[in-house]
Amino acid sequence: MSLLAPAVIAVRISWEKRRNRGDVFVKPAPFNYVKPSSVGDALSILGEHPDAVVLAGGQSLLPMLNMRLVAPSHVVDITGLPALNEISVADGWLRLGALLRHCDLAASQTVAEAAPLLQEAACHIGHPAIRNRGTIGGSLALADPAAELPACLLAIGGRIEIQGLDGKRVVEAATFFTGTFETVLKQGEILRAVEVPVLAAEYRSVFDELARRHGDYALAGLAALGRINNGNVRDLRLAFFAAGDKPALAVTAAQFLEGKTLSEANIDEAVTLIGDDIHPIGQPGCGEQTKLHHCGVLAKRALSRMAA
Amino acid sequence: MSDSPQHGHLHAILDRPNSYIGRSVPRPNVRRLLQGRGSYVDDIRLPRMVHVAFVRSPYAHARINGIDTDATLKIPGVVAVVAGAELAEYCTPWVGVLSHLAGLKSQPQHAIAIEKACWQGEAVAAVVAETRAQAEDGVDAVLVQWTELPIVADMETALDDQTPVIHPDLGDNLAWQRTFEAGDVDAAFAAGTVVEEEFSFGRHTGVTVEPRAILSSYEPAEGRLTVHHSCQAPHMMQNIFATHLGLEEHDVRVICGDVGGSYGIKVHTYADEMATAALSVMLRRPVKFIADRLESFLTDIHARDHRVKGRMAIADDGKILGVEIDDLTGIGPYSVYPRTSGIEANQIVNLTGAQYTCGNYRAKTAVVFQNKVPMCQYRAVGHPIATAVTEGLVDAAAAAIGMDPIDVRRRNLIPDDAYPCTAATGLSFEGLSHHRALARLVELMDYDGLRAEQTRLREQGIYRGIGVATFIELTNPSAMFYGVGGARISAQDGCTLRLDAKGNVICTTGVTEQGQGAEAVMAQVTATAVGVQIDKVRIITGDTDVVPYGGGTWASRAAGIGGEAAAQAGKALRENILKVAGIILQAEPGTLDIRDGRVVDMTDGNDRIGLDEVGRIAYYRADTLPKDFQSELVATRHYVPKLYPFAFTNGVQASWLEVDIETGFVTLLKHWAVEDCGTVINPQLVDEQIRGGVVQGIGGALFEHCLYDDQGQLLNGSMMDYLTPMAAEMPDIEVAHVVTPTKDSELGAKGAGEAGTAGAPAAVLNAINDALMPLDVRLNIHPATPERILAALGTIDGL
Amino acid sequence: MEPMIDIKTSVNGTTVSARVPARQTLVDFLRYHLELTGSHVGCEHGSCGACTIRLDGDIVRGCLVLAAQADGTEVETIEGLSDSGELADLQATFRTRNALQCGYCTPGMLLTAQALLADNPAPSRNEIREYLSGNYCRCTGYQAIVDAIESVATARRGVTS
Repeated sequence: MSLLAPAVIAVRISWEKRRNRGDVFVKPAPFNYVKPSSVGDALSILGEHPDAVVLAGGQSLLPMLNMRLVAPSHVVDITGLPALNEISVADGWLRLGALLRHCDLAASQTVAEAAPLLQEAACHIGHPAIRNRGTIGGSLALADPAAELPACLLAIGGRIEIQGLDGKRVVEAATFFTGTFETVLKQGEILRAVEVPVLAAEYRSVFDELARRHGDYALAGLAALGRINNGNVRDLRLAFFAAGDKPALAVTAAQFLEGKTLSEANIDEAVTLIGDDIHPIGQPGCGEQTKLHHCGVLAKRALSRMAA
Repeated sequence: MSDSPQHGHLHAILDRPNSYIGRSVPRPNVRRLLQGRGSYVDDIRLPRMVHVAFVRSPYAHARINGIDTDATLKIPGVVAVVAGAELAEYCTPWVGVLSHLAGLKSQPQHAIAIEKACWQGEAVAAVVAETRAQAEDGVDAVLVQWTELPIVADMETALDDQTPVIHPDLGDNLAWQRTFEAGDVDAAFAAGTVVEEEFSFGRHTGVTVEPRAILSSYEPAEGRLTVHHSCQAPHMMQNIFATHLGLEEHDVRVICGDVGGSYGIKVHTYADEMATAALSVMLRRPVKFIADRLESFLTDIHARDHRVKGRMAIADDGKILGVEIDDLTGIGPYSVYPRTSGIEANQIVNLTGAQYTCGNYRAKTAVVFQNKVPMCQYRAVGHPIATAVTEGLVDAAAAAIGMDPIDVRRRNLIPDDAYPCTAATGLSFEGLSHHRALARLVELMDYDGLRAEQTRLREQGIYRGIGVATFIELTNPSAMFYGVGGARISAQDGCTLRLDAKGNVICTTGVTEQGQGAEAVMAQVTATAVGVQIDKVRIITGDTDVVPYGGGTWASRAAGIGGEAAAQAGKALRENILKVAGIILQAEPGTLDIRDGRVVDMTDGNDRIGLDEVGRIAYYRADTLPKDFQSELVATRHYVPKLYPFAFTNGVQASWLEVDIETGFVTLLKHWAVEDCGTVINPQLVDEQIRGGVVQGIGGALFEHCLYDDQGQLLNGSMMDYLTPMAAEMPDIEVAHVVTPTKDSELGAKGAGEAGTAGAPAAVLNAINDALMPLDVRLNIHPATPERILAALGTIDGL
Repeated sequence: MEPMIDIKTSVNGTTVSARVPARQTLVDFLRYHLELTGSHVGCEHGSCGACTIRLDGDIVRGCLVLAAQADGTEVETIEGLSDSGELADLQATFRTRNALQCGYCTPGMLLTAQALLADNPAPSRNEIREYLSGNYCRCTGYQAIVDAIESVATARRGVTS
């Protein structure tokens, strides 16, 4: 369950669903601010105060606080926790600490080599000033359906390391995201790190999104990954975002293409199958039919690029 | 003109030597802004200042049964909680009607709503506290008991019998209507090929980066109110504060310092601002209100919510035979005060087709009340709609008879030598240059080259389009715009120029600055008219205690009207200075001139004496001047246009873009604007006004829309959801000029501030339709979002 | 009494110790507590960029950082960067090119432009536009700003155009 679920679904999608539609707050309600210096301390504070929220980069939390979409008793700043912004590769896995900023993800040579999809996606997140603060942990924990990184994680098949008072657990990306701004993170837990498998060289990734303006939340987006051998594609993952309540894989379309060439005809056929698994939720000015169509266009273009 | 025949030519402002007219000098006063040292209202602090936040209605229409403030009064920092009835003792209501819009009716509006709220976001109580955060805490604790009332949210059905009436006292939801007819419209439509299109324009709003802001301070001993106000028209607000707060006008001082953008948004009377001023009188301490971004979307005036059915009849030879429009607009529950919410519709009736020779025109408009945010004048009032309708019909008509859209325009635009003349809609034109401007545009954009590129790319399945839009633009309004209807809005303006004891010129003017460069224009004209270097000129604007009575800045009047007052005042001051100099030098004033701050011989420029020396003698050594002479090193002149009700300008714009027919996304490749605004005082500033205006127009054409549901709820009132143009999607804009000065003033300057916005939406939509022509698709919906384009293409179901 | 927090931060090179409401954002702290009003507030939800300041050398949105989070950091605002001369060429070129009108977005634009040129000394016009895509300007239509930044970039590289 999302740490923020008791309040309101975030600003962006649910402007109209805020508590009182006459509310025009821009200054937060009063809260206590604490900055623990160890994970243990952080967890006990979260345990003591069930309505506390975790602050990392703050690029999504601050707007919610400012607009009083959330009014926690405590804001727990975890940016002081040591060793949570690591980038390392070991045993075929790329490990990224939860506090790794988007700008550092975008600039990392290690990430460029081990998981180019993540790097390509990071450049699309917001604007430079946002990327200088926002973190991968924050993005995944928030689980905005229009966010880039959750879909990338789904496509790559990553896993998320969670720490609670009763210890560590690891959850696969496929089961981590459960709904609009909802994950399996429990109250009192902290997302600690993300790990993605370093895929073989034959894997090609394509990231694309359709947004009205550079840096906007996408109207529809796709993180695509597949293994290309002799013109055939295998193990294709088409992870769509901004097209449903959580990132989703177009499994039927991917299964159809398994072992086939990425010819125009095959791609066109696969595109017709996207709707079997992708069920967009419309937003004002962009309905579900438009979104589904956009997903199809993104898939066609991504698959054509993969074939090239 | 001067009465000295042989030297008369150097007295005229456009003949002055070392002139700044036509030069792109940097604006004075911008170094501060570049260093973050401006003084916007929120930068100002006064002793014992408090902040106000408002409890706002969550419903579009609801009766207020009770307001419980017990919890609020206990919140730390809260100083007062005030509802509508209590505040009404300090502030009388207003009604936004003008007599020249015959039949316009509206309900009185209070500073804080009393019986019911009529739009989602309307304020129903004020919480005053030591900080804004605490005021919001207070708002959070106020409990209002509501009874929801039926909502009027669809303008098409607002006048139906079964639709509830928002204000029963008014009888119905009709604010105003107007019909107009000229020539023989029915015969015209019987004679030619007829195209018929329905246009819809999405409600949108100004989104000034600095939100609305006011700091009101009342001194009770003398009964003086001082208001720091982010606004365009300080004298208008002075009158309104005085009238409705029961104060004498000269006891109200309005100061407009740095204003972070306005574009018309900040020239209207807002209940929140009136409430703030009233609270400062009630509480006897300074009260500050800064609209936050969310409440800006819910309370800044909206604009341009129109549905226009248009028809055009065209002969086979391309002559436009007739034009007819049926306009419907849904404003808010009140007509906004004092300029009224009928003006936008009135402009549309006046402007549609007016650039063409066609004399057969019929128009009707209905302005209806809605339970939505009030609507009123926003940059280029009505022009974007009239231009988009006219130019969209022209393109449709051209396609219907297979003629090039530029050729059709050449065939029908009023000839450049036909002036002065009157348009079919009744507008008086002094002198326009449609043909010269169009020719310049065609050359500038390489029209034939682009057509060839378009054809080539179409073969590859790439859809690019060219859209052209000619337009007229109203500037320099006389009293025929507002004054004639009873509004206390000044069309005239004044300028006082004073030479100080060091040879500097201090200029006070009734026009105001919001970034467009009014101060620069005034400085350039002043420096030229008097004969000093521009860094010797100091411009003071925006303070009603200091400047001559004027109108402020709106309807693109600052350069043409404010500038002319400065030109005349400069001429008068120069004469006064030369009188003193003549005495000092024992020379005839008529043989002298002032150049670069020095008094010189007119004929050979021989240096005689500095202005600093003239000032020193006049101010400190009057004992050395004749007993029968009094030096007057100050001059005030006023100016109002007299020959024409408005100084119309003309322009033409073109958009070159690409439509991705798979996604519906539009990429703007380039934009051109050719503008005739008469004498150009500062070419760079004019060009930048046009560019900014074009981008604002593009916003309405592609991105901006206040989205409402059928319960009158605004769905996208934040900057994440409401899309304003940002840098990455905007094109470079090339600007060129034609110059047809007005003879209504010596400067000959018309206005330029709104032209960019007037023509851009038409050019963009015409370009989209041009791009999609091979697919036999037309759309006339603003904003033309990807979804709407896909629907027009049939890719998704119609909306 | 609402929860307060003690912070110690360097602002434009001067150490500042203050007790602030825990809920106060950094831009409000700068504007109200330190009266450095050059950083502006336009939306308070991170969309307009008018509040752009520098935190430990990186541009950030002042409305999306708590004052509490500035503890132990170095904050630089438009005032400090003006007085140090770091922005002098950008400011001069903005002035001559009229890359500002009302001036409200300008401090944010200048800080963002400076960050761009530190990151990419030879940006194309498209790259300039993309980097500025989080800074809202309503007055200029952006072209003059792009022109000014392009011109400064060229001059800094010592290229005669």
